[in-house]
Amino acid sequence: MIDPHMQHVPRLGRHPSRFRLAGTPVITVMLGSLVTTLPVIAQSPVMPPFGLLLMLSWRLLRPELWRTWIGVPLGLFDDIASGQPIGSAMFLWTVTLIGIDAVEHRMVWRSYRQDWLIAAAAIIFCIAGGVFFARITGGGNIKLLLVAPQMLWTVLLFPFVVRQCARIDSWRVMA
Amino acid sequence: MARPPSRRPGHNRKAQYSLFASYVVAMTGAAVGLLLVVVAIFDPTGFAAIRIATAEVTRPASLTLKNMVSGVASVDEVLASFWRAGSQNVALRRQVENDRNRIIEAKAVAQENLRLKKLLKLVEDDGSELLTARLIASSSSSTRRYARLNAGRWQGVRPGMPVRAPEGLIGRIHITTPNTAEVLLLTDTSNIVPVRRANDSVPAISTGLGDGTLEIRALAAGRNPFKPGDLLVTSGIGGVYQPNIPVAVIVRIEGEIAYGVPLANPSKVDAVVVERSFEETVTRSDANAPVEPPIQPEAGANASVDAPPP
Repeated sequence: MIDPHMQHVPRLGRHPSRFRLAGTPVITVMLGSLVTTLPVIAQSPVMPPFGLLLMLSWRLLRPELWRTWIGVPLGLFDDIASGQPIGSAMFLWTVTLIGIDAVEHRMVWRSYRQDWLIAAAAIIFCIAGGVFFARITGGGNIKLLLVAPQMLWTVLLFPFVVRQCARIDSWRVMA
Repeated sequence: MARPPSRRPGHNRKAQYSLFASYVVAMTGAAVGLLLVVVAIFDPTGFAAIRIATAEVTRPASLTLKNMVSGVASVDEVLASFWRAGSQNVALRRQVENDRNRIIEAKAVAQENLRLKKLLKLVEDDGSELLTARLIASSSSSTRRYARLNAGRWQGVRPGMPVRAPEGLIGRIHITTPNTAEVLLLTDTSNIVPVRRANDSVPAISTGLGDGTLEIRALAAGRNPFKPGDLLVTSGIGGVYQPNIPVAVIVRIEGEIAYGVPLANPSKVDAVVVERSFEETVTRSDANAPVEPPIQPEAGANASVDAPPP
């Protein structure tokens, strides 16, 4: 060790712990799902689903990080925290991940805009699916128009969340 | 930018199998999820036990945050009132002048009431109030409207109990855990409340719309009897809610449907009161009547128009 003060600086040849590498993405998604514990008593579905946003960000940022089955445990946790019928996000998130895998094989060019397009489609699919599941499990007559604002600003929020995810990711892989 | 590296593992047989297995696991998980949803169609509160752990673990966090930022929900209102400060000030002052006389009259009436009740030896306390607690969180990203209450089974809260604020009805208890309970808010699309017009008892059914408003349908056939400004209170039919709890005020009429706004805003009320279900209170006060089991929290159970047992 040449200079003990240099210890916190990322350096070649040192690796972050396995827990940090694998655990950080999972923990951030779970924290995103737990946004509903904020003391806001909402009168309408206004809060963007941060769990879904973070999961999509990690998936599009780091395609090699997760296998598709990660949607099952993360979705289950989101269902428990969100108040949706249990199994709804479990199904929707996993189907979304499988869908992204399928689309990725067919796309020749990929950039930031394509990522946003994929995320927008996934967000609309998941929110609309959530409405459908809430309706068939005794939710009464819920109109799709009710979640239109939520869909809109969830899609608009995606670039911001991706940036924050990238910031966390650069910390994650640094030793 | 070219697409990211393909996930296809090439000729490595082991990697191929591993990828295939991951898809099988994912498909199975998705199918299990779908199955759970199908189960929830028939038994909406069936998996309540799974939620207990999260509700209990996150309760201290929600409670602390609630204590710190209790005013955050009314930010929009504060801004709006700054905007209209001058004209509002004049209007409010006039209103106060008008109200002063009314308050004096009301005090006199209250005193007279007290005197008359003493004459009749009536007991005011009906024992329906169970406890007072605060709403600490809600299902803000879901289309269902649930709020989490900071009191649960250990405090005596049971599913089906009505929840109200001083201003009006909030909803009823949906699921209980040891220290928290989920409240099905009045504005949830599956919450049906039997109501009546306050001044002439026209019966109606109120259903939530999920966006903070209510849909009011009159039970009588024919022309819509409501007009904007009508006040609705609970009718006590069905046996869940006490009669005469304020519910909503009608703001808009569209054909046969009237739209109302709840009088109690769950994001602004300080504390809510959990009450015993009306039927329970009625049957308990009568010593000779057999005690009825509490109402099951079925969706729309309180919409049935049975009169409470005598």
